[in-house]
Amino acid sequence: MAKNYDAIIIGAGSVGLPAAMSLGALGVKTAVIDKMPSAGQGENKHAIGGIRATHSDPGKIIACIRSIEIFSTWKETYGDDIEWLTGGYMFPVYREKEENLLKSFLPIQRKYGLNIDYVSPDVISEIAPGINRDGLLGGTFSPNDGSASPMNSAAAFFKRAKETGNVDFYFKESVKGIKATHASNSGLRADGSSSANNDSNNFVVETDKDTYNTPILIDAAGPFSRQLGEMVTVDSKPANLDIPVFPDSHEGGVTEPVEPFFKTMLVDLRPAQGSKNYYFYQNAHGHIIFCITPDPPILGFDKRETSLFLPQVASRMLNLMPRLKNIRVRRVWRGLYPMTPDGSPILSWNKDIKGLLHATGMCGQGYMLGPGLGEIISRMVTDQLTESDKIVTDEFSLYRSFGGEEALK
Amino acid sequence: MTSKRITQHPVLDIPEGNNVSFTWNGNRLEGREGEMVSSALFANGVQIFGHHHKDNSPQGIFCANGQCSQCLVIADGLPVKSCMTPLREGMKVQSVEGLPKVPEDDNIPTFEDIDSQIKDVDVLIIGGGPAGLSAAIELGQLNIKTLIVDDKDRLGGKLVLQTHKFFGSVEDSHAGTRGFEIGHILEKKLAQLPSVEVWLETTAVGVFSDKVVGVVRENIKDENSGNKAYSKYIKIRPQKTLVATGAREKMLPFPGNTLPGVYGAGAFQTLVNRDLVKSSERVLIVGGGNVGIIAGYHAIQAGIEVVAVIEGLPEVGGYKVHADKLERLGVPIYTRHTVLSANGKDAVESVTIAQLDDKWKAIKGTEKTFKVDTVLIAVGLSPVNEFYLKAKEWGMDVYSAGDAQEIAEASAAMFTGKIEGIRIAKALGIYEGGIPDEWTEKAAVLKSKPGVPLSEEALSALRSYCCDKKKDSEGGSNDALDGRSVENGVMPVFHCTQEIPCNPCTSVCEEGIIKTQDDKITGLPYLTDITKCKGCMNCVAICPGLAATLVDYRKDGENPTVTLPYELWRDTVEKGQVITITDVKGNLLGDYPVERVVANKKKFPGTLLVQVKMGKDVAKKAIGIKFQKSPIESLDVPDTSALPDEAVICRCERVTAGEIRSAIRNGVRDVNQLKGINRTGMGSCGSKTCRTMVLAIFRDEGVDLKEVTERTDRPLFVEVPFGTLAGMKG
Repeated sequence: MAKNYDAIIIGAGSVGLPAAMSLGALGVKTAVIDKMPSAGQGENKHAIGGIRATHSDPGKIIACIRSIEIFSTWKETYGDDIEWLTGGYMFPVYREKEENLLKSFLPIQRKYGLNIDYVSPDVISEIAPGINRDGLLGGTFSPNDGSASPMNSAAAFFKRAKETGNVDFYFKESVKGIKATHASNSGLRADGSSSANNDSNNFVVETDKDTYNTPILIDAAGPFSRQLGEMVTVDSKPANLDIPVFPDSHEGGVTEPVEPFFKTMLVDLRPAQGSKNYYFYQNAHGHIIFCITPDPPILGFDKRETSLFLPQVASRMLNLMPRLKNIRVRRVWRGLYPMTPDGSPILSWNKDIKGLLHATGMCGQGYMLGPGLGEIISRMVTDQLTESDKIVTDEFSLYRSFGGEEALK
Repeated sequence: MTSKRITQHPVLDIPEGNNVSFTWNGNRLEGREGEMVSSALFANGVQIFGHHHKDNSPQGIFCANGQCSQCLVIADGLPVKSCMTPLREGMKVQSVEGLPKVPEDDNIPTFEDIDSQIKDVDVLIIGGGPAGLSAAIELGQLNIKTLIVDDKDRLGGKLVLQTHKFFGSVEDSHAGTRGFEIGHILEKKLAQLPSVEVWLETTAVGVFSDKVVGVVRENIKDENSGNKAYSKYIKIRPQKTLVATGAREKMLPFPGNTLPGVYGAGAFQTLVNRDLVKSSERVLIVGGGNVGIIAGYHAIQAGIEVVAVIEGLPEVGGYKVHADKLERLGVPIYTRHTVLSANGKDAVESVTIAQLDDKWKAIKGTEKTFKVDTVLIAVGLSPVNEFYLKAKEWGMDVYSAGDAQEIAEASAAMFTGKIEGIRIAKALGIYEGGIPDEWTEKAAVLKSKPGVPLSEEALSALRSYCCDKKKDSEGGSNDALDGRSVENGVMPVFHCTQEIPCNPCTSVCEEGIIKTQDDKITGLPYLTDITKCKGCMNCVAICPGLAATLVDYRKDGENPTVTLPYELWRDTVEKGQVITITDVKGNLLGDYPVERVVANKKKFPGTLLVQVKMGKDVAKKAIGIKFQKSPIESLDVPDTSALPDEAVICRCERVTAGEIRSAIRNGVRDVNQLKGINRTGMGSCGSKTCRTMVLAIFRDEGVDLKEVTERTDRPLFVEVPFGTLAGMKG
C-alpha cells in the first residue's frame, strides 16, 4: 500500500537533509528518498567543508549567514561535533583586477550583514603564516566564516531529522516515476504554494521498491534534478519540465593531519593554465583540504579521479604557501557541482505543477547554503515566509532570466 | 642502550655494515648505514616511536612494510615512515608526539612539468616479489619492454624474509632452496634480460581514470637536484599492468592490540630476517597457519624465546611438518585458544590467552597470562588488490598474480606470475602459443590446502598399497615406502604424513629410489627399492619440512646411526655434546651424545646433519632435537583483561570496537557512513588494516553482509608530499 506523507524530499544530501530536519521540527510528516545507501553519500560528502557568507549577492549572503549560525552553534545545541571551526575566508590579492573585483562587493556584502574587511599583507601573513608575500597587495577577510565536516554534518542532520519524530528516510531507493494529478479543490493557493495541512495527495512517487503519496514534492536531487524533472507527468502526460541544472566536476583532496598553523580558507582567484581559482584550509583535525576549479570545466557526471589534478593543484598551492611542500597528500576525490546557467541556486515553487518545490542547482555551495535554505524551505511549505526569505526566493526563482554570472561562484 | 642486533644466525650471513651515528630525541645512537630507521631504533631497544595525537596512546611498528603509517617518526624535521626511510649519518630522528609540526620553510620552490614527462611502457609490473619477478622473466625472454617497480631497496619481495627451505618441486619452484636464495636466483635471471627495466625504491601510489599509474621514485640524483637525493613523482602510462603487490596481514580485535609490541608476523620476519634485529626477547604467536608457525621457527633461529603458538581452530592450518618441527624444538601449539588481551602501559608486558568453547567463546577459568614483550599476529593475509580493482574500474588492461590474485604459497606465486606474464605477452600479440596446461595445473596444486594428516593406520595402508603397486609392476618383494620393518642396511625414514605440494626428495635421491604416491607432487614419499639406498643423505638435507632422517644399521645393527636435520646454531650440537632427541610430536626419546655433524654449506646451506647412535627400538622414531628445554610458565595473576569492546579497530583514528558496534546497533549499514560518525577508516592507511575487522563486527551483530555497503576506495593509496606531486626540484 502506498505511504502517505505531508511532504516528500528527493535527495538526502546537502539540501534535503537540513530541509527534512526543519520540516520535521515544524511537524510536517516528511519522507526523504535517496538512491544512495545512507545520508549525505551523494555530492554532500564531496564538499570540502568551507562555509562562507562571503558572496556577492543578497540571497546567498542571507542564507549563509543563517547557515553559519546553525553550524557554529550546533555542538552546544545538539551535542554532536560537526567540527565547526571559525577560521574565516581570506581572498589574498596579487593583481589589481582581483583587488577591484573584491572591493566592489564590499558595500553589498556589508549591507546584508557580512563582517568583512579589506586587509593589509601583514594582517594576511598573520592569519595565514608562510603565505607568499611577493606581490601580495592585500585581500578581503571575513572572520565569521568557517568550516565544518560535511560527513559529520550529514550524520548530525540525519540524526536530528529522525529525532523530530516526523521524518522517515528511504535509502537505496531510486525514483522511477513522479505522477502529478491536478486537484482543483485541493486548497492550493493562487501563488502556487501549498499547505502541509492539506491532506489531498497530488503526487504519486514511484520508486523501484515502493509508492508514496504527497501533496508537496521537494526536488533536492542536486545534479540529477534535470533527470528528475523529465520523469514528471501531469495527469499522465509528460510535464516537459526542463530544470536547468548541468553538473560539472571538481576534484578535491585531503592531506595527513599536521599541527594546526592556520584555519582560514584561502581562496586564490587568479586563473592559470588549465584552472581557475583554487582554495584550501586546515580543518579542525589538522588536515589540509583543497580543491581547484578546472578550466575549461569538466562537464557531465564523470566523477572518476584523474592524474592531472594533483600536480596542477600542488604547484599552485606551493606558490601561494611554500611551507605546505612537505605535507603529504592522503586522498583525492571528484565531486559534482550542480550548475545553473548563471551560477546561482534555484529555490522556487513550480508555477505549472502545484506543490512541486525546486531546491536544487546549488552550484557547489549546497553544503554551506543547506541549513539556511532548509529553514526557508520549511517556511515555504508551511506558508510562513519572512521578508528576508522573500529576498532569497525572489533571487533564486526558477523563472529568472539566468542571464548573468555570479562573480564568486 | 644495549644493542639488539643478531650477531650469529644459523642460516643467514651477518653482513658487515657501515656504522653511522644518528640521534633519537637528542640522544646519540649507532645504526647501520642504509638500514631502515625503524630497524635502527629497534636495534637500540627503542620500540615506542611516538604518541597518538588523539589519545596519547603509544605508537610503534605494525606492518614494517610501508603501508600503515604507524611507525611515523620525524627525520630531519619531516614526518616519515620509519620502516621505509634509510638511515643516514647524522640523521636527527625524533618521536612524533601528537601531530607533526610543519617546518617554517618558506622558500618558493621551482617545479618540473610532470605531465610532459609521462613514461610509456608496454608492461608495468607493480611489485618485485616472486610473482612479479617470474612474470618479468617471461616478458623479458620475449623481449617485451617492461618496467618493474618495487617500493623496497631490493628485489625479492617477501622472499627476502624467508630463511626456510621452500616446498614445491626442484625443477619448477626451487623446492628445498631457501626463500631468500630463490629471490637472488630470479634476480640474476632478470639481470640477463635487457628489455626489463627495474626501478627500486619506487612506490606505486595511485591509479587514475586517465589510465595513468602514479609512482614516487626515491633517491633520485640528477643535475636538477644538484646531485642531492630527492623523490620524484612520475606518471606511467602502461599498455598492460600486472599487479603483483602481494598481501597484507590481517589484524585481530582485542584489548591492547595497538600497544607497541603487537605486530604482524610478517613485520617480525622483516625485522629479524631482513634487518637482523633481535626485535624481542620473548614472543607469543597468535595464529597457527604457515606464517605463524614459520615465524615461530624464525624466532628461535634469531635467539628469541617462543612461549607458544595459539590457534582458534581445532587443528593448525599450516603444514604439519612446519608445526611438527616447531613443537619438536619445544614450542607448544595450543589449538582452540584465543588471545584475550595484550597488557602493558606503554608497550606489551604480558599477554592473556584462554581456551575456546565450541561457540568460539573464551572459557572462564582457562585464562593464562604470560610475560612477553611481543605478540605476533598471524591470522591470515588479505590480497593487496586495491590497484587491481581500481585499474579494472578505470577500464585498464590489468592482470594480477601471486598473493594479489589469491593468497597462497610463494611457490604458487612464481607460477601465477609466469602464467600472467605469458597472458600479457599474448594480449600484446607477441606470443602466439598457449599457456602450458601443466603450469596451470601446477599453480593449482601449489595453491592447494594441505591434506588431512594421516593416522598410523592410514599410513600403513598406504605403505601396503605402494608395496602392492610395486609388486604388480616389478614383481619385487621389498618393503616399500620407508622400510619401517627392515632393520639392516641404510635407509631414509620419512616423517611426512600430510599431503602437501612438495617433492624435492624425489629429485635429489642419487639412486632415484624415492617417489611420491602416484607420482603426484602432493603424494607422500616412499622408496621403490630400499636395498639401493647408499646413505647419501641428500633427502635428509633438502627436506623443507625437516621431516626425513637416515637410519644406518651397517656398522651396528643394535645401535644404528641416526642422521637428523637441524637448522639452529652449530655450537649447540658440537661433537660429544649431549642433545635431547624427540619423536615427531616432540615427545622425548632420550639424551644422546652427538657423534658427528655433517654440513654441505654449498649444496645445502644452513642445514646441519647431526648424527647420533640410538637403540634400534627408537631409531626410526627420532626426528627432532629439542631446543627450548622447559615450557615457559604462565604468570600467577588474576585475569584483569579489558572488555572486548575496548579493542581498537581503526588504529589510525583510534576507533574502538564498542564505538563501531554502537553505530551498527543504531542502524548504520554503510561503512562510508561510519566516517561521519566516528571517523572509522579515514586514517593514513586507507582502511587497509581495519576493513576486515569492521566487516567482522557487522557479522557479529547479526547483520547480513549483503546489506552492508563497502567503503569507497580512492587514490592515493600511499601518502605523497605536495612538493613531490608538484614536481619540486631537489
